[in-house]
Order: sequence, then C-alpha cells, then structure tokens
Amino acid sequence: MAGMKRFDQKRGLAAFLANLRRLPDTLSYSIFRHGRPRSERGRSQAVFSSLFLHLHPTRVHVRTLGLTATFGLGIAALSFFIILLVTGILLMVYYTPSTELAYNSMKDIHYVVPSGRLIRNVHRWGAHLMVIVVMLHMCRVFYTASYKAPREFNWLLGMALFVVTLALSFTGYLLPWDQLAYWAITIGANIASSPRELTDALGITQWFDPGGLQKELLLGAGEVGQDALTRFYLLHVMLLPIVLVMLASVHFWRIRKDGGLGRPQAEQTSGAVGQAPDLVPPPGGENDKTWSLMAVVRDRSAATDNEPGDTVATWPYLLRGELVVFMLCTLACLVLGVLYDAPLKEIANPNVPENPAKAPWYFLGLQEMVSYSAFMGGLVIPAVAMVGLALIPYLDREAEPAGVYMSGRAGRKIALQSLAFAVLLAVAWVAIPVNFGWLRNWFPGIPQIVIIFVNPGSLLTLGYAAWSLVILRNTGSTRLGAIALFTCFVAGFVVMTYVGMELRGPNWDFYWSRSHWPVH
Amino acid sequence: MAGRLEPEPIARRDFLGLAGWWTAALAVLGSLAGMVRLPNPRVLPETSRRFRIGRSRDYPVGSMQVVPDKNVLLVSRREGFAAISMVCTHLGCIVDRSETGFACPCHGSSFAKDGSVVAGPAPRGLRWLEVSRSIDGRLTVDSGREVPAGTWFRA
Ligand code: HEM
Ligand code: FES
Repeated sequence: MAGMKRFDQKRGLAAFLANLRRLPDTLSYSIFRHGRPRSERGRSQAVFSSLFLHLHPTRVHVRTLGLTATFGLGIAALSFFIILLVTGILLMVYYTPSTELAYNSMKDIHYVVPSGRLIRNVHRWGAHLMVIVVMLHMCRVFYTASYKAPREFNWLLGMALFVVTLALSFTGYLLPWDQLAYWAITIGANIASSPRELTDALGITQWFDPGGLQKELLLGAGEVGQDALTRFYLLHVMLLPIVLVMLASVHFWRIRKDGGLGRPQAEQTSGAVGQAPDLVPPPGGENDKTWSLMAVVRDRSAATDNEPGDTVATWPYLLRGELVVFMLCTLACLVLGVLYDAPLKEIANPNVPENPAKAPWYFLGLQEMVSYSAFMGGLVIPAVAMVGLALIPYLDREAEPAGVYMSGRAGRKIALQSLAFAVLLAVAWVAIPVNFGWLRNWFPGIPQIVIIFVNPGSLLTLGYAAWSLVILRNTGSTRLGAIALFTCFVAGFVVMTYVGMELRGPNWDFYWSRSHWPVH
Repeated sequence: MAGRLEPEPIARRDFLGLAGWWTAALAVLGSLAGMVRLPNPRVLPETSRRFRIGRSRDYPVGSMQVVPDKNVLLVSRREGFAAISMVCTHLGCIVDRSETGFACPCHGSSFAKDGSVVAGPAPRGLRWLEVSRSIDGRLTVDSGREVPAGTWFRA
C-alpha cells in the first residue's frame, strides 16, 4: 500500500509539471478554442469564433478593400471614438464637474498633470476629427447610393449616430467651464427655448411654453449653472457614449445582414436578402465544418453568395486595412495634439460675453442662420434638414447599383450644377442682408411673426427644396433629385459654416478677414 | 350568438396570457412616466432675483448707470426711475451700451435707448424690470418681474 501511494505521488507531481508546462497552450485554447491559426481556414475560424472579430464576415468582397470604396471613413469614425473613450477616461481621473472646481481641474490637467496636456489635446482633436469624418462618411455613403434598399435602415441608424456624435461634442464643450464654454452653451440653451419666439408672437406663452420646458430639461435651471454642468457631464460621460456604442453595434451588424457593403450589380452574384441560399459547396472541402455553417446562414453574406474568387480572407486583408486606418487616426491626433493646444480661456463670467461669442465650428452654420431668427435657424431649419435627409432612402427607391460615385455621368453633372447653384444662392442670401439690411431696417414697424418666417435662412431652404423638385421633374429620376438635394445641403452647410467661422467678427458684423477686426 | 352580453368565450390560457402582457406593459409605462418626471425640476435653483441698488440720491436725474454685476441699466429721469435689463432677448448675451442705445455682441441685434429693437434677430425689445422701494428706503429691482416699457417708478 505504502509503495502504491508513493508511486501515485510521483505521478501527480509529473502531471502537475506537465500541466504547468502546457499552461500557455491550455490557457489560450480555453479562451480562443483553437490554436494559432496557420491556414486560411484556421484564420476564418478565428474570425468566426471571436466575439469581437465576428462582426466581420470570414471573407469579404475584394471591392470592399479598395481605397475609394469607403476611404476607410467608417472605420476612421470608430477609431476616433475609441481614442476618445480612452483619453476621456484618463481625463476623468482629474476632472471635477463643479462650477467651482471644473476650471481649476482643467488648468491642472493642462499645466500640472503629467502628460495631461497631450491627453487633453488628443481628446479635443479627436472630437473635431470625428465630427469631420462622420460627415465625410455620410457623403461617401450618399454619393455611392449605398443608402438604397436593403440599407435604408442603416442610413437611419447612421443619422442617429450623426446626431449623437454632435451631441457628444456639444456636451463636452461646456465642461472646461471657461468663457468659450459658458457662452456657447448659453446660446445653445437659448436656442432650445426659442419656440418662445413663436409663442410670444402669438401671445400664448403663458399657457403653452414648449421652449421653456426644453430649456429647463436641458439646464435644470433658468441659466447655465451647476445644474447644467451636472447634466452635461452626465450626458457626456455616460448616457451618450452608451447610446453611441449601442447604435454603432447595430450599425455594424446591419452591414453584414444587408449583404456587406453595397457594390455594383455586375460584381454581385445570386441570392436575395432574407432567402436561404442553396447550400453552397464549402470551398475548403467537404468536411470543413466552419464553411458549412456559413453556408446555411439565412442571409446574403459575402461567404455564401459570391464566387470564392471575388473574395479575400478577412484575416489578414481586412483586419490589416482597419489597423492601418486606426494607426493613421491615432497619428493625426498625436501630431495635432503635440503641435496645437486645446484652448482654455478665462474662467466663465456670466456678466461679460465673449465678443464675438461663437459656438463650436460645426454649429457656426447654424449660428449664422440663428442670427436671422433663432426659432427658424436654430430649430425649424435643422429639423427640416434632418427629416429630409432621413427620408431620402424611402423616397428614392430607384434600383441602382450601389458603389458608383454619383451613379455615373448624369449624376456628376447634376451634382456640379447643384453645387454651383447652392453656393451662389447661399452667398447671395448672406450678401444681401450684409449690404442692404433686412426687413426690420426697411419697414421698422413690421410684425415679429413676419421676421420669424421670412428670413434669409428659410428662403435659402425653400430655394434648395425648389431646385431639387425642378431637377426631379426635369430628369424624371428620384436619384438625381436626391443628388441635387443632398449637394445643396452640403454646399449650404459649408458656405454658412465658413461665413460663421471666418467672416463674422465682433457684434457678428461682416469682416473680410480677422485682421480687420477692431481692436478692443 | 356572441354579443355584448354574451361575448365570444376566450380561452383561459389566452386570457391569462393577455392579462400578463398588459400588466407588464402597464408596469413599464408607469415606471417610464415616473422616470421622465425626475429630470424636470419643480423648483428652479436660483439666487433671489430681487436686489437693492442703493438710495435714490445715488442716481441723480438724467443719469444712466449700469448696476455692478447685475446686467441692469438704471435710468433716472424727471418722470422717475426705470431699470432696463441688459440681457439680449435673442439668445441671452449681455448687450453693450452704444451711442444710439444698446448693441449685442453675439448676433448683432441693436436696440434704441428705450430698449426697443432697431435691427437684428432679437424678437422683442429689452425687458423693463420692476423698480420699487424697500422698507429701509433703498431702491430695489426685481429682475424676475417685467413691467411694460415706459413704466417709471416715482420715488
Ligand atoms: C459614429 C458614427 C459612424 C460610425 C462609427 C460608422 C461606421 C461605419 C462603418 C465602419 C461602415 C463600413 C463601411 C465604411 O467604412 O464606410 C459603415 C457603413 C455605412 N454607414 Fe456608417 N458610421 C457612422 C455614421 C454614419 C452616418 C452619419 C451615416 C449616414 C447617415 C451612415 C450610414 C452608413 C451606411 C448606409 C453604411 C453601409 C454602406 C455600404 O453598404 O456601402 N453611417 N459605417
Ligand atoms: S444674443 Fe443678442 S443678438 Fe443674439
């Protein structure tokens, strides 16, 4: 008995040592369920069985990888978001959301905390770049007609992502609690209360005051103060990021469910969405379990409806492309962050507005319109623009090969004409009030309600709508009408933003350049 | 025959199932209503909007002075005193005084000396605030109470 026991002890020790030696392998197998992928099939399996990678199909169409297919803009938006999450969490270590401490904690981060300034700069630049990249991504999707059935809903998700992205930037803007922040948010909050302009003009504010309600919900008070800071902080670090992550997850998942990125018909093979394709013989051989699984997925997916010849493996080709985009985005943030500091003005002072007091740049187009009428420019026109953009995929249902910019020659021509028209009209509507004044200068006693509705901003919007309808009628194509409308929208946005950024000086007066601003 | 008095019998299972769904839906709706109420403040946290500005002799007839830190212009005339709010009625910037009255730095509204709009996006004139005299004889302005333009307080 005793001998037996000894023998067992020896064996136990040997097993222990052997298991210890194999620990790296068993640990990795317990996590990944496969060894290091060496073959193409192994890599497909790796993509398929990882929670994070399986958002990708195991194989993608070669076209997806071409630079001009997407310019990597969607991935760039995601990359900036990841950079913002990481740097944002780091900033939270020191930032304190109180009106008394916020400004000083920003100063600490900027001047005292080790690498605080760089992290802050990267966070600020990442936010700007994310807004730009999301807008460009939206343009890419629009001009390649990638919003068309079956991708209408993903376009809507994209619109929601766009709004959340802007909301994140805007709520973040208040947090430093400096003059820039305080006055930008004061103006923003008062835009929220601008339905009062209308209810006042109608004399019903006492009974029905949606403007006041919106402002109080946003600020939790009558003015920008501690309650507003608490609410903006909550939105900025918790609620909006969570919403963005959820929306983005559905956005990515839908790309796969809608059959991968849209591409021209010629490059597409059989299989309608939602139909189970006939079982495709697995390209890797009969007993390849992963491929068979992919073949019964009830959707059009890159792996089931394409000749294997049109596709390449996600690992390494797609992942490599994504990594390159991510690294370029990080590099851009770092370079800008090293070269240019994020601004920090004097501490917020409710008695002295900045002159000129400007919103963040992506809202300067709106601010220009707000300088005609707060209600129309700040609420009605943006709402009309958003609803108009959201409806595009439902009103333009012409079957069209996705993935061709402007849908060909005719589209390019319409886009160019619309661009010229939209720029001219926008410039005219800025130039007329600058040179000749507006209704109130001509008819001093004019009722307010007329000023609210008849102003350069609303006339510009009407002009764009009319132009698109004319194109729609003349060409008989809803796609060309949509191109006209979207081009007008983009051009108007760019012109108005430029005017707000560069040509408006103190008292929102017109100046050809900053160097002409009066010194004060 | 099935009618109002004798409705079509509904299977027990279906009834219980429906009742369950409705209960769950009501519970969710009720909780949502409760949650939505929370962020809408019942009392706005604010410092008092009434403030004393000194004695009437500090403001001789014919003077116009900005009350320090209060964004109010006190106008003193033979008719009495008036307090004009310097918060722009467009989007809440603080207006500057100009030769002709007031000018707003934010979107270029300008106002006449009595606060009425001359140009720009402001939807209405600057607010005239209530002036009164407190028990100790000092002048008091209530920035929460508006009075019609042209109302002068006789000291
Ligand atoms: C936070 C913002 C966003 C992120 C992170 C994001 C991410 C992505 C990614 C990674 C793709 C894959 C293709 C590509 O890289 O271009 C994609 C495709 C797409 N996105 Fe977005 N996106 C965002 C906002 C938007 C917006 C604002 C729209 C439009 C309103 C939009 C509509 C679409 C559509 C329709 C597709 C499918 C395109 C196709 O099939 O070719 N997305 N998005
Ligand atoms: S806030 Fe005064 S003009 Fe806009």
